[in-house]
Amino acid sequence: MAAAVDLRLVLVLAIWVGGWIVNGLIAQRSAWNWGGYVIPLIFGITLLAMWEVGERMFEISDVLLPAPSEIAARFWLSRDILWVDFVQTVLKGALSGFVLGCGSAFVLAVVIDRFPFLQLGLLPVGNFVAALPIVGMAPILVMWFGFDWQSKAAVVVVMVFFPMLVNTVQGLQSTDAMQRDLMRTYASSYWQTLLKLRLPAAMPFIFNGLKIASTLALIGAIVAEFFGSPIRGMGFRISTSVGQLALDLVWAEIVVAAIAGSAFYGGIALLERVVTFWHPSQRGRT
Amino acid sequence: MRSVVPVLTVISAIMALWYIAAVPMNAPWAYDKAKRAGVELSLNDLVADTWSQEKPKLPAPHQVGIEIWETTVQKNITSKRSLIYHSWITLSATLLGFGLGTVLGIMLAVGIVYNRVMDMSVMPWVIASQTIPILALAPMIIVVLNAIGISGLLPKAIISMYLSFFPVVVGMVKGLRSPEVMQLDQMHTWHASPSQTFWKLRLPASMPYLFTSLKVAMAASLVGAIVGELPTGAIAGLGARLLAGSYYGQTIQIWSALIMAAALAAVMVALIGLIQRIVLKRMGMAI
Repeated sequence: MAAAVDLRLVLVLAIWVGGWIVNGLIAQRSAWNWGGYVIPLIFGITLLAMWEVGERMFEISDVLLPAPSEIAARFWLSRDILWVDFVQTVLKGALSGFVLGCGSAFVLAVVIDRFPFLQLGLLPVGNFVAALPIVGMAPILVMWFGFDWQSKAAVVVVMVFFPMLVNTVQGLQSTDAMQRDLMRTYASSYWQTLLKLRLPAAMPFIFNGLKIASTLALIGAIVAEFFGSPIRGMGFRISTSVGQLALDLVWAEIVVAAIAGSAFYGGIALLERVVTFWHPSQRGRT
Repeated sequence: MRSVVPVLTVISAIMALWYIAAVPMNAPWAYDKAKRAGVELSLNDLVADTWSQEKPKLPAPHQVGIEIWETTVQKNITSKRSLIYHSWITLSATLLGFGLGTVLGIMLAVGIVYNRVMDMSVMPWVIASQTIPILALAPMIIVVLNAIGISGLLPKAIISMYLSFFPVVVGMVKGLRSPEVMQLDQMHTWHASPSQTFWKLRLPASMPYLFTSLKVAMAASLVGAIVGELPTGAIAGLGARLLAGSYYGQTIQIWSALIMAAALAAVMVALIGLIQRIVLKRMGMAI
């Protein structure tokens, strides 16, 4: 028995070592531009192969940990359920909350920026609130706004508001005196300075806030569903499927969440590249 | 120090808004009661009632304050109704997860800085790992670990670790790469070994970055621990108080647990800030 376990373990480890060696060869030989895409892909495939082989070899019960192939099959079979949940949680809950929260935080940041008194008062408070476990607001907001997506959007608004506010205010202060003086010599008004100098200069900070907010938005929408939701939505499906021990469906939901989260983050990163092409951190990339 | 007056102004404005908002939020219930009793409510009665309801939609600040006072100072620490007891349950999971996450994060960062293969293969996945809503995993982690026979503190700590290792990795990779080429060349001219370069240049240079990310990681661990208490049906901890409160409509209990969690986060982050100042001062890198 011990020998059999060893053999199986050796096989799983062999996959790991094999993937590592392939990656090592590519890293030595390739220029960064294509290695940068292929290497993480190989690493991911290695992990999946280890998971699949390990699960089958060690005969782990599906209740504990389904194999990737089983998850993929479940994903394909229940794609209509997954789509309904995706629309409910991501599009209605997270996205609408994200737009509302980031939009209002941005507007407030521009207002705060005009009044130094507000800046001095609100920023420390905003920084403090940004470090709080705001997810805890979820049960209260579900009580106020009912079970449907509106309450999820409200949770997301509260969660993304402060990180976005702090980042935008910081960004608006990121110009130096020389640049502002130059605008003064052009006799530009407050609004012209804002639109032509300070907002563009703030963009890296604003995008940083948007990136943080994008990950928070999805988490907020899913957690809020644990406190009550209609009979659809990713959080609802996950909590009920765990109860029914249908872990393959849970994992399929997690795959949807991961894809949605990565796409959301990736979309913002792509937009950032287009908008802040001039920034040092964007140089030297192909 | 010039920001003390503005900050106090903002805080009192928030308090005032809170009191004002409590009136319309709780008014329907007050009117209902008055209707059944057959009395007319004057404005004074209405305000007095909305600030003293048993299960208000939005409790007034003093109600929350009294509740916190009663459940912290006036209760035995071992009592199941003591907030200190629940805070400790959450805090212990937070600290364990924070410790694990910090160690894991630093180890990954060292590997990423010193090994090109690791840098190219692991870093994208570290970023991708954070797009998985860990809360989705929380109930499963509990189920799986229970099947192996692990329950209690560790599952929550693992969720905390998952959330807290990320800022540490990102911060430390930045920090370990912060020495300039000139400094690295200097080490080279002294014929320093890689390990000497690490201990004498890269690690000290990364300290400011480390402390900044530790603050973020601490806040993230606390969120992780609280959320870890939600789907597990935990009977103890701040997350459990939130859930129980939302089941039975005990809004004052929810708010007091929230404020407690906020205070916990503030104290922990301030503590890291204090250590940061002492350490950086000793290293001659005072902020």
